[in-house]
Amino acid sequence: MIINHPILGPRDAQEFVYLGDASLMNRPDTMTAGIEAFHDWLYTRDNPAGLHRELWYHEQGDRSWLVVTRNTLTHEITQVELARDVALALRRSK
Amino acid sequence: MTQSHRIAGGQIDRSTTLRFSFDGQSFAAHPGDTLASALLANGVRLMGRSFKYHRPRGPLSAGSEEPNALVELRTGARREPNTRATVVEVFDGLQASSQNRWPSLRFDAMAINDRLNSFFTAGFYYKTFMWPASFWEKVYEPIIRRAAGLGSLSREEDPDEYDKGFLHCDLLIIGAGPAGLMAALTAGRAGVRVILADEDFRMGGRLNAETHAVGDQTAASWAAAAVAELASLPNVRLMPRTTVLGPMDHGIYSAVERVSDHLPEPLPGKPRQTLWRIYSARAILAGGATERPIAFENNDRPGIMLAGAMRAYANRWGAKAGDRIAVFTNNDDGLRTAVDMASKGVDVVAVIDSREGGDLLPGIRHLRGAVVTDTAGRLGLTGITLRQANGRAETLQVDALAVSGGWNPNVNITSHHRSKPRWDEGLLAFVPGEGGPSGLSVAGAAAGVMSTQGALHTGQAQALAVLESLGRLTKPADLPQAEDAPVRISPLWHVAGGKGRAWIDQQNDVTVKDVVLAHQENFTSVEHLKRYTTLGMATDQGKTGNVLGIAVMAGLTGQTIPETGTTIYRPPYTPVAMGALAGRSRGPEFKPVRLTPSHLWAKEQGAVFVEVGNWLRTQWLPKPGETTWRQSVDREVLATRRSVGICDVTTLGKIDIQGTDAGAFLDRVYANTFSTLPVGKCRYGLMLREDGMVMDDGTTARLGPHEYVMTTTTANAVPVFRHLEYVRQCLFPDMDVQLISTTEAWAQYSVAGPNARKLLEKLVDQDISDAAFPYMAAGHITVCGGLRARLFRISFSGELAYEIAVPTRYGDALIRRLMQEGAAFDAVVYGTEALGVMRVEKGHVAGNELNGQSTALNMGLGKMVSRKKDSIGMVLSQRDGMTEPDGYRLVGVKPVDPARAISAGSHFLEIGAAPVAANDGGWLTSVVYSPHLNSQIALGYLKAGDQKIGRRMRAVNLLTKVDTEVEIVSPHFLDPMGERLRG
Repeated sequence: MIINHPILGPRDAQEFVYLGDASLMNRPDTMTAGIEAFHDWLYTRDNPAGLHRELWYHEQGDRSWLVVTRNTLTHEITQVELARDVALALRRSK
Repeated sequence: MTQSHRIAGGQIDRSTTLRFSFDGQSFAAHPGDTLASALLANGVRLMGRSFKYHRPRGPLSAGSEEPNALVELRTGARREPNTRATVVEVFDGLQASSQNRWPSLRFDAMAINDRLNSFFTAGFYYKTFMWPASFWEKVYEPIIRRAAGLGSLSREEDPDEYDKGFLHCDLLIIGAGPAGLMAALTAGRAGVRVILADEDFRMGGRLNAETHAVGDQTAASWAAAAVAELASLPNVRLMPRTTVLGPMDHGIYSAVERVSDHLPEPLPGKPRQTLWRIYSARAILAGGATERPIAFENNDRPGIMLAGAMRAYANRWGAKAGDRIAVFTNNDDGLRTAVDMASKGVDVVAVIDSREGGDLLPGIRHLRGAVVTDTAGRLGLTGITLRQANGRAETLQVDALAVSGGWNPNVNITSHHRSKPRWDEGLLAFVPGEGGPSGLSVAGAAAGVMSTQGALHTGQAQALAVLESLGRLTKPADLPQAEDAPVRISPLWHVAGGKGRAWIDQQNDVTVKDVVLAHQENFTSVEHLKRYTTLGMATDQGKTGNVLGIAVMAGLTGQTIPETGTTIYRPPYTPVAMGALAGRSRGPEFKPVRLTPSHLWAKEQGAVFVEVGNWLRTQWLPKPGETTWRQSVDREVLATRRSVGICDVTTLGKIDIQGTDAGAFLDRVYANTFSTLPVGKCRYGLMLREDGMVMDDGTTARLGPHEYVMTTTTANAVPVFRHLEYVRQCLFPDMDVQLISTTEAWAQYSVAGPNARKLLEKLVDQDISDAAFPYMAAGHITVCGGLRARLFRISFSGELAYEIAVPTRYGDALIRRLMQEGAAFDAVVYGTEALGVMRVEKGHVAGNELNGQSTALNMGLGKMVSRKKDSIGMVLSQRDGMTEPDGYRLVGVKPVDPARAISAGSHFLEIGAAPVAANDGGWLTSVVYSPHLNSQIALGYLKAGDQKIGRRMRAVNLLTKVDTEVEIVSPHFLDPMGERLRG
């Protein structure tokens, strides 16, 4: 696979490490959320046949974490964002 | 032996004669020959034995789909089994031998299996080797293993090199037949970067095997001219001997180039094979088609081959398959073989055409509505029996039979991403279906366009479409006139009615009877059929037999062929040598080796090294006279605790953390608090995963208001750094904090023991007295009169200890200086074994305890998890199951009788309890021999262990047969109050 890095351009997927569902970025508030909310956030994730937003780490590169939108059926990648930008937007929306 | 079956014509260089041997016998060949064509030219038809029944076999095909003619090439370390004689290029001195036979190819004792064939039907192994269970490992498996497999490995290391490479182009064309050549000419002339890959050593595909014309030239001449023009274009890369194995994702294609297989050995500096990764957003598959046989009794004898292969041997290689031949066909293409062979002067005794009515070939006995029902000839065909349209049987004396059951487009690569091929009722074959790999189009016979004219046209059309997508709209060139015959075929899969065996998959000896049995036993889905009968397995993956098998099953179930469907196509298209997949990653280059700064010094001293991840660390350092590792390790431990020992701890991960939020960031990633740590101090940190389990531990020092340096365990240096970047970028993007791994930047040594300070005072430029640099102090210092360094007063051994770091390039000088100054104190270097002994004596956890399943509470460190702040893992470390008061707790263990052995992995059992899972109390994680306690000691996780100190239990290991009475003690075996640390 080729991931179109927002800063570095197209890079081979071998340069990256995969983590999983980008919903991991939507971490509950530790001081208020409680065990149930944390459990749901960490363990109960969707496993879609289709578009999936997921976290990839450019370990053999610039160490950016990326949010990659990939079709799990075709491996087509439709969007690649810097995870930090996504995380900042998420913060602002809270 | 003379080339008795060599005839005129063909694309071989008769001006040069090559010598090669097969089973020790010497033969002549010419450049351009394959091993199969050369053997046929020499009148040799018998080339192999089948897998199960050891039936004598000759080549069925003239290409990579070959199921039968599998041979071993070369001798010694270069011996290679299961090569297809049909694609092996002959070179002078080639040594080939047959396989799967004993004692000889002509007389094979295992051919007894053929007589016993009623036992060896589908499912034989599943049904026979079931019971008794105890027979499996000792009796059945060795027998099966001996009987299985075709060739044998040399068991020597491959002397050749294999390489990997990367290529980029605008258009990859797979296959260099008429469609591929026309596509390459169209795109190449337009100036785009083209790669044209073909598995054959001579490009041209079927153009080299047919006699018809393209324009005003022969097909082969047109192909040669096209290849010459392409070779002259700088933007076109021709890759013969290159098989495209399959499409990966996003326009990446895997291909293997057999750089040196056609040579006795690779030229200097050249690899044997290269595995290419070809990046091309656009590709055209022009992979042609593969002919399939018809199933009839004894259709597997040497001399029976596919019709297209027989005329390829005659037309391309000047080799006739026999003197008196017959042709059995259900389609017009088979008739070409009769015409071509007759024109070569071969006696064509009859054409047995299963189709009723229609035109007859002039000058040849052409029987319509007839079928071949049986054949004769043990080691090679001597005759056939046919049944005419009127039902009359007739026997013909022939030494070769050409069979054509129609052609299957090579759809494989279009289906590697799970696109299902579509059944074409006109062709009676599967053609590429919808939804193939993105960017891949198909031309020529692979697309089901079977005529030469059609191939040229679709090759050009697909290339023009690619050019248009690249913004290079081009006017098409005029196409030469070429053969444009329609496909005329009637279904005939299996000649029914006989009692004998009719082969479908010749390599795996799958016959019509096996398919019938699979149906009878309800293995009717194609995937079940494949596994139950082995249809379509092994080196040829059923390229000739699969569709036939599917059709026979469809006939049995009453479903149509498209309803029955195909098995899933997967890469690689043809088998790939493991060496090519490994490339250069073998032997010492299998993975990188990381050397510590003291490596050279330690090597000079005769150190024993141990692999720790990619690192090589000193395991122990034997002195003269020491004969066992224990002597060395005991000495290193005792000397360190008595005076001073030095250990290279560079391998531990080091991460610099800077920024105004560095302290707040550490509060998030560690369960305990670091923002309150004073500048110039270290603290032990416990890092949890979000699920509440311990991820890693280590000390982190604060070197300035906004500057920390974290250490991680050696094993987790990379994962922890990745985790910190994740927390920084994905969870707390507002924080002002920057990270950099400095593991390689600093050479770091632990200096431990009562004389550690005295030794360091000889090197360090500053005051490091206990008052000036107390326990857990940290800071920037200089050594040896000005070299910048870092000093940390931390201890893993339990002794007065420091870790001193200098820039890596000074690491070698520092170990030599420490040992030079340390001579006054009898300083020793200790390795990872002594390190392990001392940390167990002190009760510190390490990798065996940090196994990803343990919590802070398990380790006795539950109080370290602060509930007053947000940290990774804090919430879920408090969930049910993690906080039980009688859960596992870290304990120390020692045998009641110090002479008795204990072993890591042993389980805790109450005295008198049976060794069953229900009585399991926990396990021993780490066991060492303590020279201070003169006994083995251990750490372990014991249920409610903190309430069992002083209790006697058993440590039982059923594998090592150890059952020892032990005493549960505090994990701190030595200096529990930590007085040594603060000395």
